[in-house]
Amino acid sequence: MTFTFEVLVLLKPGLSDPQGKAVESALPALGWTNVSRVRVGKHVQLDVDATDEATARAQVGQMATRLLSNPVIEDFQILEVAPK
Amino acid sequence: MTPRIGVVTFPGSLDDVDALRAVELMGGQGVALWHADRSLQGVDAVILPGGFSYGDYLRCGAIARFAAIMEPVSSFAEAGGPVLGICNGFQVLCESGLLPGALIRNRSLRFVCRDVWLRVETSQTAVTGDLTPGETIQVPIKHGEGQWVATPEQLARVEGDGLVVFRYASAEGMVDEAHNPNGATNNIAGVRNPAGNVVGLMPHPEHAVDPDVGPTGGQPVFASLLAAAMAGSRA
Repeated sequence: MTFTFEVLVLLKPGLSDPQGKAVESALPALGWTNVSRVRVGKHVQLDVDATDEATARAQVGQMATRLLSNPVIEDFQILEVAPK
Repeated sequence: MTPRIGVVTFPGSLDDVDALRAVELMGGQGVALWHADRSLQGVDAVILPGGFSYGDYLRCGAIARFAAIMEPVSSFAEAGGPVLGICNGFQVLCESGLLPGALIRNRSLRFVCRDVWLRVETSQTAVTGDLTPGETIQVPIKHGEGQWVATPEQLARVEGDGLVVFRYASAEGMVDEAHNPNGATNNIAGVRNPAGNVVGLMPHPEHAVDPDVGPTGGQPVFASLLAAAMAGSRA
C-alpha cells in the first residue's frame, strides 16, 4: 500500500528564526500590524510504500530524524497520513 | 617527507582549488578527492572545502554528509586523522555529528563577505598547533548561513571542555557583539572535537595564504595542519 505523509519541520522554539523575523517585519507594511511570533519552517510531502501504516509511519519518523530535520536545531511533526 | 592533504570536491564546492593551492603554497602536496569515491588515497589529512554541496537543499551540508566519501572520512576522523572543515565543510561536519552544533542563517539575513579577525582559543588542535591562545589572525568570511548555534547541553560542553577553537573578535582580541558578523552564539567561529583532530570553522583560511591578494592569517592554520599531518603519517 502507498501512504502519503506530510512532515512539518520547524526551528526549535528557543532559536532565533531570521526568516520568520524578516516575514514578521514585512507584514506591517501591508497593513497587518497585529502579527507576532512568525516562524518559517519546511513542509515535506512524501509517499511511502509499505505493508501497513504503522511501518510506514515508523520509517517516516526515521527519515525525519536522520535527514529531513536536524535534531540540534529543529523539531518535526508528522502531520497527516492517508492511504492513497 | 611532504604531507599529502586530500581536498574533497562535492557537487557545488567552490573553494576546493583554493584549498589545494594553499596546501601546495605552504609546502604540502594537494590530493584531489571526489565525493562519490570511497577511498582517501592514503592522504595524511582531509579538508572539506567551502562553497555549496548538492545545492544545499534541505539544510547546508545535510545531503553531503551522506556522500560516499564521508564514510572513509568519518573512519579517518575516528582514528585520529586530521580533518578540517571550512565553511560548507564545517556545515557538513556538524550535520554528520563529527562536530557539535549547527549553522543557521545569519542573524542579519544578509550574506556577509569581508575580512574578519579571529581570536585563537586553543592550540590543542590539528590546525592551531602553531598558534597561541589569545593570538588573533585575519581571514575572510563569505557566508549566508554561518550563525553557529547549539543545544544548551552542547553549548555547556563546548564551552566547559574548551572545544571552541576560534571566536570572532577585534584585531586586539576583544570578543563582543560589535565584532560578531553573523550572530553566532558566544562569537563562536570554529569548534573542535574532544580529541582536537577534527576542526570546523566558517572563515576561510585557504583564501588568506598569499600576501599578494590579502591577509595571511591562514598561513599558520595550514602550517599547523601540515605539521599535524606529518606527525600522523609518522605515527
